[in-house]
Amino acid sequence: MSLIITKEKCVGCTLCVKVCPFGALYMENKKAVVRPEQCTLCGACIEACKFDAIEIKRETTAEADTEARGVWVFCEQKRGVVQSVSYELLGKGRELADKLGCELCGVLIGHDIGSKSSDIIHRGADTVYVVDHPQLKYFADDAYTAVLVRLVKKYKPEIILCGATSIGRSLISRVAVKIHTGLTADCTGLDIDAHKKILLQTRPAFGGNIMATIITPNHRPQMATVRHKVMKEAAHDPSRQGKIIKETFEDNVYSSRTKILDIIEDVSATINIAEADIIVSGGRGMKAPENFKIIEELATVLNGAVGASRAAVDSGWIPYSHQVGQTGKTVCPSIYIACGISGQIQHLVGMQSSKTIIAINNDPAAPIFQIASYGIVGDLFEVVPLLTKTLKEKLRK
Amino acid sequence: MNIIICIKQVPDTTDVKINPETNTLVREGVQSIINPFDMYAIEEGLRLKEQFNGKATVVTMGPPQAESALREAISMGIDEAVLVSDRAFAGSDTLATSYTLAAAIKKLGEFSIILCGKQASDGDTAQVGPGISTHLDIPQVTYVKKIESIKNGVAVVERMTEEGYDVVETPLPCLFTVVKEINEPRTPSLKGKMRAKSAKIQLLSAQLLDCEADRLGLKGSPTQVVKIFSPERRKGGEVYQGPIEESVEKVVCAIKSLIP
Repeated sequence: MSLIITKEKCVGCTLCVKVCPFGALYMENKKAVVRPEQCTLCGACIEACKFDAIEIKRETTAEADTEARGVWVFCEQKRGVVQSVSYELLGKGRELADKLGCELCGVLIGHDIGSKSSDIIHRGADTVYVVDHPQLKYFADDAYTAVLVRLVKKYKPEIILCGATSIGRSLISRVAVKIHTGLTADCTGLDIDAHKKILLQTRPAFGGNIMATIITPNHRPQMATVRHKVMKEAAHDPSRQGKIIKETFEDNVYSSRTKILDIIEDVSATINIAEADIIVSGGRGMKAPENFKIIEELATVLNGAVGASRAAVDSGWIPYSHQVGQTGKTVCPSIYIACGISGQIQHLVGMQSSKTIIAINNDPAAPIFQIASYGIVGDLFEVVPLLTKTLKEKLRK
Repeated sequence: MNIIICIKQVPDTTDVKINPETNTLVREGVQSIINPFDMYAIEEGLRLKEQFNGKATVVTMGPPQAESALREAISMGIDEAVLVSDRAFAGSDTLATSYTLAAAIKKLGEFSIILCGKQASDGDTAQVGPGISTHLDIPQVTYVKKIESIKNGVAVVERMTEEGYDVVETPLPCLFTVVKEINEPRTPSLKGKMRAKSAKIQLLSAQLLDCEADRLGLKGSPTQVVKIFSPERRKGGEVYQGPIEESVEKVVCAIKSLIP
């Protein structure tokens, strides 16, 4: 399996050399040549070549299971509450199921959660599979994996979507390996190829510098994770009807090697920034921990959460759980307000897909202004309190 | 106690720039670094090695040039380094990568703990760590922010969650993926740098692994990249430089229109 360049077709235009993200192509005697040890077979050069001179020779050993039917959404619950990311996935899942002409199914795993099944139906599911057992009350890697694998083997879905949360990512990676199928993380776009009827999974790579569309052609189910707030939440329709299927398994399916001893909630991060609709973040320009008070006040007025740049977290001004950016969390709120954040690439990759970005900085040359929807050049210690005060008055009306 | 740390060499994304004419990545002069999250895994491995008088081995899968990442780990104090490299591994997705790394780890003999960074900064999938533990059929705890204790073959760790953290108990051997909060990585010592220069790196090729050939590389990868393209660059909007009262007024109007 390798990249083949047909010498006769290559005209020496060097386009492929320029587009290769891995520096795996070079010119020799005016013809393109591949360095196999550097080539990852990503296919960027094939797209670029105008002369059909490049191809990947693939050998397919597996055939897709043509009997697989249905789009599934893993409906993550915590303390009996279905997480909002699941409703977002049901919205997208409905669209995919309609394009395929198949059922949308929710999977609900936990304890005493049966009453939540109707919520999942109201959000667009045709069927909900419920597995309820005391040992499933809290997330456990082993038990949840075993349960989901058993369900998949029994009902054979063609697509499974899961939230890219800490639970979702841990669980679904294990499930994909057990079933031996493909899994694409953090998709920002999901669609169905109209001809081949397969899932097109689009996601950013290299810190958002390139986008890749990925398929799982020969394995089922096709599995993908999606982050919070990327998809639009499904509308709630209490008149929708659906089926609820309760499944039980042998006792050993519910057992886990790991055990949760305690669950501790961080009171300072009462609003989870990954789920927040509005985030107000402070950076190096905050100068001292006590100054985060003005950020909190603005966040409170907007009913939003408090974020921070790495510079603020590394200075010890605010806990790591608030950090937005490459080594922190990736967020996608409708409004992101960056205060005293210059806009280094590490921060931008974590927030640049926010719908509206507002930047406040005293340096007009700060890179954050290049991507901000609205920018205010000024001293944040004057601007932020004034913004809070004005919003308080205007929003009350 | 044998500790295994899986690392990945990645391009330094802060260096990655787009050529405005061709709209593609400029690779020339881009530094290769150890994935930032793996630095915390290396540091935690070193701390466990020191605490339990154990041995820390670092493993990477990648092209021959990934050797420099292994040498950097040795300079920090890692005892042994293994390069899993073969043309047959090219084009591996997360399933094939975790399968190959699991096969390599089996080759290294008994171990108590495998440490991985929570995800790599180039792919961002967070799938390879859990994949390895599944292939090896050992328990895992992801997003570990603190190892509280290890005794009598049982570890107690803190797992970061969206709301705070869970305290989780697990038997050894097990796999942890770690987050930034767990520690502060050390800088290499001069002695370490000297040792790194001459240290022997163990090379594991496909032939040396006990694995099925059709589960490796592109052939063993269910996912296929069909298209790569540049994202639409986000464009900046208005920047108000006038008196702040006016600027704030305009922004408040904008916010008001966005809030239902």
